[in-house]
Amino acid sequence: MKKEYLKIDKVIGPLIEISEVDDVFYGEVVDIIDIDTGSIKKGKVIKIEEKNVIIQVFQNTAGLAAGNSIIKFTGESFNLPMSLDLQGRIFNGVGEPIDNGSAIFSAIEANINGRPINPMSREYPRNFIQTGISSIDTLATLIRGQKLPIFSGNGLPHNELAAQIVKQAQLGENTGEVFGVVFAAIGVKHDDEKFFRKSFSEANIMDHVVMFVNYADDPIAERITTPRCALTAAEYLAFEKNMHVLVVMTDMTSYCEALREISSAREEVPSRKGYPGYMYSDLAALYERAGMLRDRKGSITFLPILTMPNDDITHPIPDLTGYITEGQIVLGRDLFQRSIYPPVAVLPSLSRLMKDGIGEGFTREDHADVTNQLFASYSKVQEVRTLSQIIGEEDLSQTDKKYMAFGRAFEAEFLNQGFDESRNIIESLDLGWRLLSLLPLTELDRLSPENIKKYFSQES
Amino acid sequence: MVMSKINKEIGIISAINGPVIKGKNMSSFKMREMVTVGEKQLIGEVIVLEGDIGTVQVYEETEGLKTGEVIIPTGRPLSLKLGPGLLKNMFDGIQRPLKKIQEISPVYIPEGIGLLSIDDKKLWDTTITAKLGDVLAEGNIFGLVQETEVIQNRLMVPPNISGTVVEVVTNGLYTIEAVLVKIQDEKKEFHELKMAQEWPVRTPRPNAYRRETLVPLVTGQRVIDIFFPIAKGGTAAIPGGFGTGKTMTQHQLAKWSDADIIVYIGCGERGNEMTEVIEEFPKLLDPQSGKSIMERTVLIANTSNMPVAAREASIYTGVTIAEYYRDMGYAVALMADSTSRWAEALREISGRLEEMPAEEGYPAYLPSRIAEFYERAGSVETLGGGEGSITIIGAVSPAGGDFSEPVTENTKRFVNVFLALDKNLAYARHYPAINWLESYSGYIKILSDWYEDNVAEDCIELRNKMLELLYEENKLLEMVMLVGEDVLPDDQRWILEIAKIIKVGYLQQNAYNKEDTYVPLEKQYAMLKSIEYLYEKGREGLKLGIPTSQLKDLDIFNQFIKMKYTIPNDDLSGIDRLKDDIDRFYDKLLKKYVDLEGNNEKRIFKN
Repeated sequence: MKKEYLKIDKVIGPLIEISEVDDVFYGEVVDIIDIDTGSIKKGKVIKIEEKNVIIQVFQNTAGLAAGNSIIKFTGESFNLPMSLDLQGRIFNGVGEPIDNGSAIFSAIEANINGRPINPMSREYPRNFIQTGISSIDTLATLIRGQKLPIFSGNGLPHNELAAQIVKQAQLGENTGEVFGVVFAAIGVKHDDEKFFRKSFSEANIMDHVVMFVNYADDPIAERITTPRCALTAAEYLAFEKNMHVLVVMTDMTSYCEALREISSAREEVPSRKGYPGYMYSDLAALYERAGMLRDRKGSITFLPILTMPNDDITHPIPDLTGYITEGQIVLGRDLFQRSIYPPVAVLPSLSRLMKDGIGEGFTREDHADVTNQLFASYSKVQEVRTLSQIIGEEDLSQTDKKYMAFGRAFEAEFLNQGFDESRNIIESLDLGWRLLSLLPLTELDRLSPENIKKYFSQES
Repeated sequence: MVMSKINKEIGIISAINGPVIKGKNMSSFKMREMVTVGEKQLIGEVIVLEGDIGTVQVYEETEGLKTGEVIIPTGRPLSLKLGPGLLKNMFDGIQRPLKKIQEISPVYIPEGIGLLSIDDKKLWDTTITAKLGDVLAEGNIFGLVQETEVIQNRLMVPPNISGTVVEVVTNGLYTIEAVLVKIQDEKKEFHELKMAQEWPVRTPRPNAYRRETLVPLVTGQRVIDIFFPIAKGGTAAIPGGFGTGKTMTQHQLAKWSDADIIVYIGCGERGNEMTEVIEEFPKLLDPQSGKSIMERTVLIANTSNMPVAAREASIYTGVTIAEYYRDMGYAVALMADSTSRWAEALREISGRLEEMPAEEGYPAYLPSRIAEFYERAGSVETLGGGEGSITIIGAVSPAGGDFSEPVTENTKRFVNVFLALDKNLAYARHYPAINWLESYSGYIKILSDWYEDNVAEDCIELRNKMLELLYEENKLLEMVMLVGEDVLPDDQRWILEIAKIIKVGYLQQNAYNKEDTYVPLEKQYAMLKSIEYLYEKGREGLKLGIPTSQLKDLDIFNQFIKMKYTIPNDDLSGIDRLKDDIDRFYDKLLKKYVDLEGNNEKRIFKN
């Protein structure tokens, strides 16, 4: 029988400290029972110092007082019951149902912290996922089992883009494979959550979606567990039930802010901009849970969304994320302001895994050439634009004028596409060739002669 | 009596904070001693001792630990078992083979699996070279084992041991723990020599003396070999923001460097990158031996989601293994990707110890730790009298891509080659995205003799000339950004044209192209020489007043851009043909102009 404690020594933000505690373990889950109302809050032991214990409380600590609560150590780690019945359900950040449905009962329980995957057990991801979006499919190809974040800014249409990907993504070409979506909302507005729920039901996939929701006005400590619960569910569906799972998570910035808030309450030594020094390891422990395994059929493809504070890609949150994830899709404000949807800023966007998932046998043999050439040419467009701002477009050389035309067409026709428009990869590549033909052949140094012969036709 | 002594030596956990725990009753523990922690026997290392309170960093997940559980000393520092079986293998940060871990737990890495190391059951075909009565000193070789198809493991007398051979076994199959040779030292004490020896990771292995580094590490990468060469036994850093291709460059170096042994440390990086290495390396053939490059490779993988304390140790594990092969007389190249993750592990643990932070939260001892690590590189005369070297190439991941942050700044102080990766080059898909303006190599001078003797008399001269051209181009481009290219005089526009060939045709190298991924020095030189030839030919034309637009023949320029693909590595005759094309084109053009001028002169004469 575990002891119960009645005295709270200190409450700082989401943390409480109690003393004279015996026989607890690091990471143990505690129930904090309100004596007056009988309501239960959950918490977790995050530091033990002699007989003093610091507990991180997942719900709001408002109302807690030194004498009105019973602290009960449960003797367990933070586990969630796992079952196929998770699908179609909505939970809060600690895995409790909030859709008026019944609780999940299952003999299988999983620790939400997971364990690192042995690199020997991984399978290197190679299968192309067609999202139907030209800029992503062609230039930053999504691969099954990849972790590819969307770096966005406040007010940019990242939610629309994520919803479009969920709707259009063909997670596998072979029939007989089972798909699932795990959606985690971390500190999001009620509107955003509603938008996603609506687009899931419009796409008719609500039965295959597991949702974990922590609203912006929910306690911040719960933001720490929300992604962990979601990834635990994803791991179960992918690696135990052989499903191909797409995890969409928004907004990772709220997660990092919560991490900073708790770190500051713990009086830890801060690193850049006050974020804790272990933020890289902490984020990696989340992102690295995506992937494929050698002896399991399923996969976890991870599409986290983060809003870059002040659109700054060098801010610690996008910076550390970019070092962990396998590329990034960056949204640009200037494209958005010119009404280009999706406003994918091509040059900083990247998919690290695409090199092995494109080309002959996957997409088409000219894919890598087209990608490289579009990147190189569009990068040149930026230089020419800078020059034209100084000397005026009239005074540009003939070649540079062609670059200006190419740049405009590329943005208007290639990047720009409808929210309901899905282009297959062949259409996207052909479109790429058509736009490249606006440039003189001599400028196209990334295309092989064979591909030029086969696909290039100069428009007069 | 013995019992009470043992009881006294067991510590009791009193505090737990992530990977850092504190124990009481630890006055008999030693600093840097390896310990096991708790019922699960997690592996840890003592990092602070204060009275009878000890602080331990734990190399495994600490969730589930309780205060009151025991801390048991092992009596030795964190050490590696060095012997055959390291090559072709992949370890975590404290040398536990990931394959063995997989046998215990198929998918995830569990905690409490204890210390594992290289296979002690495997029988190795051993040749004993020492004979009865031989006098063996430290570092002397007493036997040989063919560890892989290309590497022979030379069994060495461990440091600090010497004596006369009094017992030897016959040649045959033995495990790494079998006693092969017994020697008796001057004090008449006996020492048993086994295939494997142990060495503490944080202590550099001794050598006779340091030699000068006079030979380059040939990597087959043009921008490195020709422009910013790394010496064997030297140090290099590759800093770059995310997406600039650090890992890609490190992989290329691991694949194609002409070192005997490669030690690749994946320190706090992505799991899939290590999986890629495991899948890809066995299929690639080493241009020197013609055998799979895995035959000469040791992999250390402590990915970003694996425990942070083991990440801190992984760097030392890697460099100790490198020293072991260096001591056999091999040229070892060590790639650490990324040293920033190691520095962050230091920061994380320092933070948990509540140490006073210096810049950006990093501990004040960061520079000295970085220096200690890079100083373990070097070309040495081994204790056994051979020649060995360790080249260290560390990737650096600067926060925000800003090279003025503490890890990059401090690394710069202790390395001789700086290969700065550039975000803008990466955006334009110019790979390797090594910025030629910011990068440097401190080895040009000492390697120039080697290049003159082994590549070409004028190799370094040519390199300097072409690099100058690139510097010149940079200045001109700034001008172009203001006024446009059209207003530049022809000789400057010609520089821009040639610089473009150098950039696209020479500095860019395609890692996915069979011909281009590795290029022998001979072709590297010939390519650059032919570009110089084109440059000089054009300048002859400029002197005659021929405009750049006419000097630029599209067909020839195209051939230059594509020559890395079209000219095979083993047949450079295409470059001569290209020179012939240049001669034909320019001779004709020049002749036309000379005639024209001649006619003009005649006309003037007539008038």
